[in-house]
Amino acid sequence: MSTPQKIAIVNYGMGNIHTVYKKIQQTNSAPTIVSTAEELLNADKIVLPGVGHFAKAMENLQRNGLLDALNDLVLHKKKPVLGICLGMQLMSKFSEEGDVEGLGWIDAKVMRFQIKDQLTHKIPQTGWNSIQKHGDSPLLKKIDDNAEFYFLHSYHYHAPSYTNVIASTVFEYEYISAVQKENIFGTQFHPEKSHDTGLQLLNNFIAL
Amino acid sequence: MLTKRIIPCLDIKDGRTVKGTNFVNLRDAGDPVALGALYAQQGADELVFLDITATVERRDTLRELVLKIARQINIPFTVGGGIKSVEDVGLLLKSGADKVSVNTAAFNDPALIKDIALEFGSQCVVLAIDTKKEEDGEWYVYLHGGRTKTNTRCIDWAREAAALGAGEILLTSMNNDGTKNGFALDITRMLATELSIPVIASGGAGTMEHFNTVFKEGLADAALAASIFHFKEIGIPELKAYLQQQNIPVRL
Repeated sequence: MSTPQKIAIVNYGMGNIHTVYKKIQQTNSAPTIVSTAEELLNADKIVLPGVGHFAKAMENLQRNGLLDALNDLVLHKKKPVLGICLGMQLMSKFSEEGDVEGLGWIDAKVMRFQIKDQLTHKIPQTGWNSIQKHGDSPLLKKIDDNAEFYFLHSYHYHAPSYTNVIASTVFEYEYISAVQKENIFGTQFHPEKSHDTGLQLLNNFIAL
Repeated sequence: MLTKRIIPCLDIKDGRTVKGTNFVNLRDAGDPVALGALYAQQGADELVFLDITATVERRDTLRELVLKIARQINIPFTVGGGIKSVEDVGLLLKSGADKVSVNTAAFNDPALIKDIALEFGSQCVVLAIDTKKEEDGEWYVYLHGGRTKTNTRCIDWAREAAALGAGEILLTSMNNDGTKNGFALDITRMLATELSIPVIASGGAGTMEHFNTVFKEGLADAALAASIFHFKEIGIPELKAYLQQQNIPVRL
């Protein structure tokens, strides 16, 4: 057996990251929760979880000195990174939530759901919805088209093209629910709460 | 499309699952962690664990229980029972809970909802309301596990809680709870129509048709039940297969 990979789960003070930590423990890896740039340096892979407000999240990343470290590891050292929910949103260029710039790794912006029938489409979208796969990302290996995942969000990606889109979902209308650009992966849904299918996705990320 | 959620609820007293009728006469229904894991395997969409133990050590026992649940269960779960502070919530989330439900303490101090939402996000705050329809035809809020009546209407408290940042409402009708005569459709529909956050209907499930009705007529986003699942009167797979036949979107 080789040494387990070091998975850094980035703690930037946004919401409950312990579920993510506990589920990654179930994969063949060694997760640690990191809050500083120094702790992040040794990571083989990075998970960027998070729930909450986009602008506050960017502010916290900046303040903790994590922004430069993340850019270096992801853009230059090409370490695989998985953004979950708010974590995926942060990878975009801009969000309507607070009107602030994101990490800018993916050519997309984040906008609020524009729902017409609000009686049957409550915001935040809360619960299980299916994903339609686009292309053949290793992140979604052994996961069926139309597989169901747990979602909890009020904002979503909007991109000029589907170049980096690996899955979409319908909530009144179709929107982007997972992305990949080289070593950068993001899911709008929560694999850590999505039963066996979610665990499969986390295992896929570990296996990259 | 987004599916309607089926949520088994496990009432826990001194580490065991219990179930009563109209909030009294508790019966033993087994080990909550094993039951929860079984339900997750059978296709439950979420789980709710409510600790009704009334001891001073409850905070620590609840935390230990949450740690056990989190190790075995890979679907979202809510924990409730005697949560009084942001600190309580922090401990439970750190132990692996996804959401917490607050009830009496939030009614007595509504700022608690706002404080939890600001600290951890609205998505983890489930406001539980126990409500009873009185002879005047209005639904009133009850506290302390249904033992204390208030003069506040259910709809008014639900509106206020939503404005304060509650992410979901778990609505239990005391008139219906334990009767197996069906959910309270009128109050469920009123909340579902007037609130912009999801409503979980609870209390009264006895047949599969009751679930169909609470989704179609009550407009609930999720339905919660306990004894019919614990005592194997309805299986989650058969319930979901039935609902799909009735054109209710469910996760199979």
